Amino acid sequence: MLRGPARSPRDLVGGAPRATYVLRFDGRELPASAGQSIAAALWGAGVLAWRTTRENGAPRGVFCGIGSCHDCLVTVNGRPNRRACLTPARPGDTVTTQEGTGRAELGV
Amino acid sequence: MPNSASDGVPCDLAVVGAGPAGLAAAVTAADLGLRVALLDAGERPGGQYYRRPAPALGAARPEVLHHDWAAFASREAALRAHASAGRITHLPLHHVWTVVPAGAELLLHAVAGPEEEAVAVRARAVLLATGAFERNLPFPGWTLPGVIGAGGAQAMLKGGLVLPGRRIVVAGSGPLLLAVAGSLAAAGATVPAVVEAAAYTAYAGRLPALLRNPGKLGEAATYGGALLRHGIRLLTRHAVTEAHGSDRVEAVTVARLDRQWRPVPGTARRVPCDAVAVGHGLVPQLELATGLGCATRLGADGAVALEVDARQRTSVPGVWSAGETGGIGGARLALVEGEIAAHTIAGRAAPAVLVRRRARLRAFAGAMGAAHRPGAGWPGWLREDTEVCRCEEVPAGRIREAVRDLGARDARTVKLLTRAGMGWCQGRMCGPAVAALAGRDPDPDRRPLSCPVPLRRLAELPAEES
Repeated sequence: MLRGPARSPRDLVGGAPRATYVLRFDGRELPASAGQSIAAALWGAGVLAWRTTRENGAPRGVFCGIGSCHDCLVTVNGRPNRRACLTPARPGDTVTTQEGTGRAELGV
Repeated sequence: MPNSASDGVPCDLAVVGAGPAGLAAAVTAADLGLRVALLDAGERPGGQYYRRPAPALGAARPEVLHHDWAAFASREAALRAHASAGRITHLPLHHVWTVVPAGAELLLHAVAGPEEEAVAVRARAVLLATGAFERNLPFPGWTLPGVIGAGGAQAMLKGGLVLPGRRIVVAGSGPLLLAVAGSLAAAGATVPAVVEAAAYTAYAGRLPALLRNPGKLGEAATYGGALLRHGIRLLTRHAVTEAHGSDRVEAVTVARLDRQWRPVPGTARRVPCDAVAVGHGLVPQLELATGLGCATRLGADGAVALEVDARQRTSVPGVWSAGETGGIGGARLALVEGEIAAHTIAGRAAPAVLVRRRARLRAFAGAMGAAHRPGAGWPGWLREDTEVCRCEEVPAGRIREAVRDLGARDARTVKLLTRAGMGWCQGRMCGPAVAALAGRDPDPDRRPLSCPVPLRRLAELPAEES
């Protein structure tokens, strides 16, 4: 049963994360909470886009939020094509915006 | 990942999906003495409906984001008890990618965990409780960051405790929109409007189904109360027909629709926002079932669902289905169908109270599906350059050209001519829209792999299976 308005989702559920840490994203340092996915950590820091498309270079981020659409693909610690909505964020992770297929080094 | 189910000892029942249907089925089957393997893509049981924040987020009261929490909590406790007693093998983070017959049994192949280990489970019966994903109809600007699925917004809120913006328009069609708007507002967002393409008066013609479901009326009253309390406007027979912005959404155009969902000229107005949560109902997730050859039907909501009999059996011997796979009907129906399936898999008659409840809830689901089924006129808000296939970036103009000039008559031919549906999501996002543009009802999903599988896992399969 929903209650009255809260200031934030964390207020609503009485959340107190066990730990907070810094997530590196494209050379920036963003705050993240233990237990969040990469996508949630980025959203929490106000970042909505972390990929550019293969054809038009258009920005993309989360769309379906449950692993079906693959719009939220991102490069994590050098591994491209991770679904940000399914991938837990870990302290020390380096997340970088993924361009095109995420495999520019292959030259294909 | 050794366990009794994957070490070669076949279990009586393998349940795929630990949402309301699968969870209810697994614990009921174990109550009735069956040995059960419960495979689920999620880390913790609950599926999309009962998605919770990870324990490390320390949510003291996750239940405030949920309805019927007690129904879930009791079954989760039963799961834990059965698992520690060895009656249920719970396999979280297991993505089942195919199910194949193996003699008198069925063999389930899964990839498990972040390293995508190969796991196989043998079972005498399989229950497919794979749930659904969201149906989205495209509109100009729907690929902008900040435009997200309504269910996606709900999932990110429930699981990650985050919002995509502060001022969020909720749009599309179906009762999920009311729940999403209420959650977003309760979590601190401003929701200027819920933009619903259908008219709620459509339910009035289906009064018997409504009157048999007082619980659903109560739920509607709860949602209505939440909208009132948060000052959210409900605009029925309206749609978001365009999202504006360059790097992210900054505003939407909202227009009135006619009965066919065609935008009415001269009714467009601009609503500023920094996010849009949009969804047009749900689509059953069927690829494991269609891979096995299970028969399907077209539901009242215009989506393909599994054909199931009174015992929740599919057309393939040994394969059962419960919940959204048999047509979108909500969590309460899923719980009931999961229990009915468990009884019949155990060789018993389902309790009459469950059978009556299912009939009542299925009748409501039919009324709901018909009321919110997309009208034929929605492509009227597409421009030629509106991307329909998000993965391959195929615009509406190319799809229309394939249909008009190149003779495509169905989504499959459109796909071959334009690449729409050939990308990462394998048509999950654009499938219903492409079928509509081709002038056809959607075909049953056929995807040989229901999730990404590393090639090395396919290469490892024994020759007779690959």
